[in-house]
Amino acid sequence: MGLDIRIPIGLMFSILGGLLSIYGLVSDKAIYQRSLGINVNLGWGLVILAFGVLMLILGRRGIKSV
Amino acid sequence: MQHMQLGLIDYAIMIIYFVFVLGIGWALKRYMKTSSDFFLSGRSIPAWITGLAFISTNLGALEVIGMGASGAKYGIATCHFYWVGAIPAMIFLGLFMMPFYYGSRARSVPEYLKLRFDEKTRGFNAFSFAVMTIFASGISMYAMALLMRILLGWNFNFSIFMSAIIVLIYTFLGGLTSAIYNEVLQFFLIVAGFVPLVYLGLKDAGGWAGLQSRLQTVATANHFASDAWSRSWHYMTSPTANPMGIEWFGMVMGLGFVLSFGYWCTNFLVVQRAMAANSMSAARRTPLIGAFPKMFIPMLVILPGMIAIALTYQGGVSGFHLPAKDGSFDYDMAIPMMLAHYLPSGLLGLGITALMASFMSGMAGNVTAFNTVWTYDIYQSYISPNRSDQHYLWMGRMATIFGIVVSMGAAYLARNFNNLMDFLQLIFAFVNAPLFATFLLGMFWRRANGHGAFLGLVLGTGTAALHHGLTAPAGATTLIKGGWLGTVVHTYPSEMAQNFWTATFAWTACFVVTSLVSLATRANKTDEELKGLVYSLTPRPKEEVTAWYNKPATLAVIVLAMTLVLNIIFW
Repeated sequence: MGLDIRIPIGLMFSILGGLLSIYGLVSDKAIYQRSLGINVNLGWGLVILAFGVLMLILGRRGIKSV
Repeated sequence: MQHMQLGLIDYAIMIIYFVFVLGIGWALKRYMKTSSDFFLSGRSIPAWITGLAFISTNLGALEVIGMGASGAKYGIATCHFYWVGAIPAMIFLGLFMMPFYYGSRARSVPEYLKLRFDEKTRGFNAFSFAVMTIFASGISMYAMALLMRILLGWNFNFSIFMSAIIVLIYTFLGGLTSAIYNEVLQFFLIVAGFVPLVYLGLKDAGGWAGLQSRLQTVATANHFASDAWSRSWHYMTSPTANPMGIEWFGMVMGLGFVLSFGYWCTNFLVVQRAMAANSMSAARRTPLIGAFPKMFIPMLVILPGMIAIALTYQGGVSGFHLPAKDGSFDYDMAIPMMLAHYLPSGLLGLGITALMASFMSGMAGNVTAFNTVWTYDIYQSYISPNRSDQHYLWMGRMATIFGIVVSMGAAYLARNFNNLMDFLQLIFAFVNAPLFATFLLGMFWRRANGHGAFLGLVLGTGTAALHHGLTAPAGATTLIKGGWLGTVVHTYPSEMAQNFWTATFAWTACFVVTSLVSLATRANKTDEELKGLVYSLTPRPKEEVTAWYNKPATLAVIVLAMTLVLNIIFW
C-alpha cells in the first residue's frame, strides 16, 4: 500500500508527546499528587515525542530508498 | 462510583486520535481498486506491520480488561494464557501451517477448507464464523459503551453511535489495510498508555519485591500457599493448590493445545493478518514477529491486575483499592480503576484513548473478517457467483455497513438480555473447540476427506455441548454454566477447568470421528488436487531470504528459548 504507516504513527505520537510535555510544563503541580508526586506528563511526554520523531525519520528514510 | 473528570487536554488527545484514525482511512481510499485490495490488502504489507497487527487484533479492550481481572483473581499464573496458550501455537502457525494458507492462494480460512475438503465443510465454517464475528463486534461495542458510562458518565447511545460511525468510516474507506494500520496504532497507544500506569503502580507497591510480599497477604487470606500469586507453575500439581483450580495436564491440553491452537491457527480473524503479508516469507514471519511483543504483554495487562489486588489487601501510600461487588471484588474494574487512580489529567486522556482504540480495533477486526467471509465464502459461493470484481468490492463495502448495523443491534441485545450473550458465546465455544483437529488432519494426513471433516466438526461440536451439559463448575447456580442435561456427572473446581476439558473432549471427538469416517469412505480429492494443501504432497517452501534473522526457523528457536526463560524465571 502506498501509505507508509510510520509517517502517520510518527506524526500522531510527535503531536501527542509534544502536547503532553508542554502540558507537563504549564500544569498545576497539584495534579501530580495522584502520580506519587512525579510529573509523568513531562517525563513520559518527552519519551513519546522521541518515539514519534524516530518513526518519522524511519518513515522518511523508507520513502527515499524506494 | 464517582465519574472521572476529564480535562481539556484529555479530550484534545482523544480527538487527535480520532482525526488520525479517520485520516488513515481517507488516505487509503484511493488504493482500494480491486476486491483483493479491500479484503487482503493486495497482499502487500511488510511483515513487521502484519506481525504487530496479528497480536493487536487479539489485544482488544475485552482482552485487556479480562487479563487485568484474571491477574487480580489468579495472579501470575494468568501468564499461561500467553506463554503456553499463545506462543507455541503462533510458532506452529508460522512454521508449519502458513505455507498452506498462503501458498494455496485461498482468500480466507473457509476457502481453504473448500479447497482441501468440500463445500459443506466450508459452508459450516463460513456461516458459523460470520455469525460469530458480528456478535463479537457487538459485544465489544456494548462493553465499551458500558465502561464509558461507568467511567466518564457518557450516554450509552452516544458511545454506541460514536464508535459505530468511526469504525464504519475507516473500514468502509480503507478495508483490511485500514484495520491493520489502526491495529498497529492501537498497539503503540496501549504501550504508551499502560507503561506509566504499571510504573506508578509498581512504585506504589514498593517495587517487585514489595509486590511479592503484598501478594503473600492476598494468597494467605484466600487459604493458598503464601507465594501462590507470584509463581506460575509451582502450584500446578493439583487443582486445589492454585486459584485457577486446574492442574498442569488439563491446562496444557485444554489451553495450551486445543484452545490455543484452535484460536491462533484456525481463526480467520488473526490468520487474515498474515494472509495480507507481501510474500510467503513475510506471511510465515508474521506470527513469529508478533510473538516477541506478545510474550511481554503480560507486563502491561496482567501485572496491573496483580498490583491492584495486592494494594487492595495491603494498602500502599496512595490508598488504592478495588471496588467490592457481590461479596467479592469487581475484578473487571482493576485496570480502569488503576487508570483513574494513578494517571493525572494528560496521561489519563492517553490511557482512556488507548482503551477506546482497542475497543474499536476489536470491532474493526471482526468487521473486516466478516465482510471477507461474507463476500467470498457466502455471497460469491452461494448467492451470486461469476460477477465482476468491482461488484464484489462493492458488496464488501455493503457488507461492512450491514455488519456494523447488525453489531449495533447485537450491542442493544446484549444490554437487554445478558444471558443471551453468555448463551451465544457458549455456542461459539462449542463450534470452535473441535476445529483444530480438522486442520491438523487436513494439513498433515492426505487421506482425510470431506465427509470425515464435516462429520467430525458436527460431532465434535455435539460432544462439547454434551460435556458441558453433563458437568458443572463448583458453585454454579445457573444452567448456562453447565449441567443443563439434568444430571451432573462431574463437578470441576472452577469454570476455567470445565472450559479446558470441554475443549479437550470436543477436539478428541472430532479427531477420532474425522479419522474413522475418512478411512471408511472414499477420498474425494486426487493427490494432484491436494498439492499445496497437504504437507506430504507439497514441495518444501524455498527460502526467499538469506539473512539469518529473516529465517522463520531461526526466529522460532529464539522465540521458544525466550519463552522458556520467562517460564523458568517466574516458575
